[in-house]
Amino acid sequence: MNTAVQPLDVTAIRRDFPLLSRVLNGKPVIYLDSAVSGQMPLPVIERMTKYEREEHTNVHRGVSTLSQEATDHFEAAREKVRSFIGAGSIKEIIWTRGTTEAINLVAQTFGRMTVKAGDEILLSGMEHHANIVPWQMLAEEKGASIKVIPMTDAGELIPEALDELITNRTKLLGVVHVSNVLGTVNSVKEIIAKAHAKGVPVLVDGAQAVPHLKVDVKDLDADFYVFSGHKLSGPTGIGVLYGKLAHLEAMPPWHGGGSMIRSVTWEKTTYLGAPGKFEAGTPPIAAAIGLGTAIDYLTALGFDRIAAYEHELLAYATECLARIPGLRILGTAREKASVISFVVEGIHPHDLGSLLDGEGVVVRAGHHCAQPVMARFNVPATTRASFAYFNTRQEVDVLVSAILKAIELFK
Amino acid sequence: MSDPRELYQQVILEHNRKPRNFGKLEGCTHHAEGHNPLCGDQLELTLVIEDGLVKDIKFQGTGCAIDVSSASLMTGAVKGKSVAEAEAMAEQFRGMVRGELEPGTQTPLLGKLTLFSGVKDLPSRVKCAVLPWATLHAALKGEEEASTE
Repeated sequence: MNTAVQPLDVTAIRRDFPLLSRVLNGKPVIYLDSAVSGQMPLPVIERMTKYEREEHTNVHRGVSTLSQEATDHFEAAREKVRSFIGAGSIKEIIWTRGTTEAINLVAQTFGRMTVKAGDEILLSGMEHHANIVPWQMLAEEKGASIKVIPMTDAGELIPEALDELITNRTKLLGVVHVSNVLGTVNSVKEIIAKAHAKGVPVLVDGAQAVPHLKVDVKDLDADFYVFSGHKLSGPTGIGVLYGKLAHLEAMPPWHGGGSMIRSVTWEKTTYLGAPGKFEAGTPPIAAAIGLGTAIDYLTALGFDRIAAYEHELLAYATECLARIPGLRILGTAREKASVISFVVEGIHPHDLGSLLDGEGVVVRAGHHCAQPVMARFNVPATTRASFAYFNTRQEVDVLVSAILKAIELFK
Repeated sequence: MSDPRELYQQVILEHNRKPRNFGKLEGCTHHAEGHNPLCGDQLELTLVIEDGLVKDIKFQGTGCAIDVSSASLMTGAVKGKSVAEAEAMAEQFRGMVRGELEPGTQTPLLGKLTLFSGVKDLPSRVKCAVLPWATLHAALKGEEEASTE
């Protein structure tokens, strides 16, 4: 930890999250489920409310002052995203409904354009269903196949495997930056370099990475980088597709409709350039503006401080959980974000999830939309605790005692 | 019920630890597989039905304690019953855990299965308790698969 970094004032931060003062089932809420959805701080909620109360209209339409104002706020949010991930141009930032839609957009445009019968799409073994299913659908349509990058028992990808896995039929590599189940921070820069050396473009699923680490798409040299607003202390219904401009310009549009055209006649329609080409219809304006405010909020806290605090919390939680008899942590990579999946001998994750819920502790129990990861570790499901910058050591202690109570009950 | 611990009574925990009628019947007359896609629970039921009676029944699969104990108690409860009685029990059980029964409704067929009545206060777990019964219903109807989708 960098000692020059001033620690976060977590007590003050917690006041920005009204949900954290709720009492559920007679117990104070302990929210350890930020990997499912991050909580929105008050400035984000208030900014969205202000838009809906005082500024609501449509964007990119008409000459009214209101419409221009909304457009300015909406485009300012796009610029915040650009700066946040280090993209070169706002033309490279496309609003989507979320990570899933962003991946489907790439699969249905770039993928359809480049993948032919007999080609291969290479995916890591720790992908979320969002970065599997759209490619399977495309592969089925085109007569292409999916290949998988293996991982170790610790939950680390084996980059050396790429040397054999990337062939002259490989048309795209998809990799998750941070695993939503294992917490592994993948060395995507190295993977991208290996792929590029063989001319293969790379899509990075950054949904679980952007809340925890400073991302620089130029430094990574990612062809596509996608994430969701709601994991980033922002609202649901908004997400981001970053794409290199050269790709975006070569790609056909996806959805057709208003806002994405240059001109329409019965004979022929011409399209806008990026990003407009990919943004048919009215976008979620308040959500985009809210995401911009969330980025402001996190930037003000400082990613170095957030990362330092979360790492310390992760280390503490890992140590406490590892001491519980019969508890096994899945995902012990050297580089991890603050996500811990575990199984407890003799207690199914859903039972544990219900019992923790009874103690006010909110965790995720299930397959985490990553059934191939469950299969890889030979478990039907796991319980997952994920930590954000507003969580505390005391909350970890409550989690641990709630697990111990459940073990006692099931003994 | 505000405390899920009330649901995890000793009978349920004990059936989870030592499920009854666990396994697969060779030479079964009826068979179905049940899936709960939300949580990945899987269940396979095999039955021998003769002269309209459930002569024997076994289950196997993986699931949570609610699912496993529900299957264990169900197999014990329907063994020896007529197909019509088993179906009636399935209907009462589903009504009970979904909270769809009129207040004061008696469930004489269910006996100790009323242990599961608390599930209705844990909506996310209703499907776990129902899966074995939905699978039984499918098997009796001659369908191969049941899902609590």
